[in-house]
Amino acid sequence: MMFDPQVIIEKLPEIASGLFVTLWLWIAGVLGGVVAGFVVATARRFGGTLVNAVLGAVVEVLRGTPFLIQIFLLYYGGPFVGLMLDPIPCGLIGLTVYSAAYYSEVFRAGYASVPIGHVEAAACLGMTRFQTISRIQVPEMALIVLPPAINLAVILLKESAVLSIITVPELTATVSAIGSQQYAFLEAIFILAIVYWIIVELTDRLGRMAENRLSRLRFSKA
Amino acid sequence: MTPKLFTLLLEAALSTLGISLISIAIGFAIAMLLSAALLTGKSIYVLPARLFISFFRGVPLLVQLLLIYTLLPVIGINVPGIVAAIVGLSLCTAAYQAENLRGGFASVPRGLIEAADVAGFTGAQTFIRIRAPIALRLTFPALVNEAIMILKSSSLVSVVGIIEITKMAQDLASSTYEPIPIFASAALIYFVINSAIALLGRYAERSLKGATA
Repeated sequence: MMFDPQVIIEKLPEIASGLFVTLWLWIAGVLGGVVAGFVVATARRFGGTLVNAVLGAVVEVLRGTPFLIQIFLLYYGGPFVGLMLDPIPCGLIGLTVYSAAYYSEVFRAGYASVPIGHVEAAACLGMTRFQTISRIQVPEMALIVLPPAINLAVILLKESAVLSIITVPELTATVSAIGSQQYAFLEAIFILAIVYWIIVELTDRLGRMAENRLSRLRFSKA
Repeated sequence: MTPKLFTLLLEAALSTLGISLISIAIGFAIAMLLSAALLTGKSIYVLPARLFISFFRGVPLLVQLLLIYTLLPVIGINVPGIVAAIVGLSLCTAAYQAENLRGGFASVPRGLIEAADVAGFTGAQTFIRIRAPIALRLTFPALVNEAIMILKSSSLVSVVGIIEITKMAQDLASSTYEPIPIFASAALIYFVINSAIALLGRYAERSLKGATA
């Protein structure tokens, strides 16, 4: 057998559209997950024992079961409870919920990292809870939270490949379909792997740059 | 959802457990080899090990599985699908485990290695008797986490047709037309296994700590 990636590379526009779907699902999933995860972590911290226990249980279940099973439940189970979703919205919701669970744990650790004295000092100065969160706790936890947050974003990019199984037309689905049509499945998967590898490496680098930036900013103000 | 269907899912869970355990064990052996290669400091060993780790951490597991599944027959290796699945999971977890161990190896006290050297240990002996056990003990919680990750990731081998929990659930859901109870049961089984691993891990961690002190 000949290894001939040419037949795949000819399909560049299609690959680009798959890549585009992957990228926007990923970014939307991460942003949605960060926002929802922060809300969950904040609610767990300030919402009382019951809220903490219920949200904690939900987070544990989401973190303790495979993403694929969650997606199947949503995609195949949804119509039985009146939730008829097309693959893309289903993938977006699934990815956001899944990432929210993990991001909430990142922010939980972030809240725990802020010294209690700082929070008490803010209270003594008459800051409201909202002011304390936005001016003291969030800026202080930023540096602690950034590395795991970026790590998680990379994991979610790779996790998004799973959405090809429910026929979301993202990168993996697109490229493997081209591979089957062109009788060049191995070449297709090979190219697919390289594309993911590049994006992951780039994200890692960007993340480390952001970390350096942020730590310098922090120390210069201190 | 009848008890019989649940029993089928439980039987499939044995397959999930088997695949995961074998992959974690093989992955651990490969991770140790990778760590040994990184510790030599010679670029002829270090660069391939780094490339391996970077690749298998940088590519989605699903893509790796598809790659191995299509690549093996092309290069003349015809193995059952389950072997290809285990190879894929093992290589992937090896890269993650090696990355976890890296931190552990870096914090092995220099003095212990020198002492082993003075006592006449060869490099291999120092690695096997001093460095590896200490690194493993230091990074044990990460290994437990990785075991849980692999157990969850093993759901992806359903894509290449291996019968385990996820594939069984898919088949049952399409034949009974009851996806919600079936996928929820599958999720429950995964959750129980993962909770058990986490619990065992914490228990083992405590006894390891006792051994250090």
